[in-house]
Amino acid sequence: MLIFSVFKTLTDQRVTVELKNDLSITGTLKSVDQFLNIRLDAIEVLDQARHPHMMAVKNCFIRGSVVRYVQLPSEHVDTQLLEDATRREAANSNKQR
Amino acid sequence: MSSLQGYVDRRVLLVLQDGRAIVGVLAGYDQKSNVVLSDSKERVYSLDEGVEEVPLGLYLVKGDMIILIGEIDEDIDRSTDLATIRAEQLPPIRY
Repeated sequence: MLIFSVFKTLTDQRVTVELKNDLSITGTLKSVDQFLNIRLDAIEVLDQARHPHMMAVKNCFIRGSVVRYVQLPSEHVDTQLLEDATRREAANSNKQR
Repeated sequence: MSSLQGYVDRRVLLVLQDGRAIVGVLAGYDQKSNVVLSDSKERVYSLDEGVEEVPLGLYLVKGDMIILIGEIDEDIDRSTDLATIRAEQLPPIRY
């Protein structure tokens, strides 16, 4: 749930998504849902010459389950806040048990 | 919510887990991103010859099989001559 919130704060930023088929796609993050499915606009495929399959595709929906990595713009992630939120969430889930 | 609503009735490209690419008009979808395509064709890429289009008709694709759904810009798609494109199939996914 935490990571979902992080992604929501990153909408309209440029991110690079590496998929489990080794394709890397850079695009403007448009939206995310609870499965971490991702909508990207103005996409560019890394190594377009080798992968011309998506030449005519300008925006896409990526299934969360096939994402390997997402490269985030570090200046837009408050890591301190993220650490604190992670600790808070861990503390809460310990309390519940 | 990052839904597929904006893609209904548009021509889309589906990339599947085994590396296949299917184009068609998005007729419908559900919560699990199961998808129905009408007038769909598989695009078979190879290094030896141009892209071959295999007609599939009305096609239902299970959500688990889907890697990516992209909206096709009709103008760009029309202006590309598939017969001249040489490329490998997209790689299948590896965990």
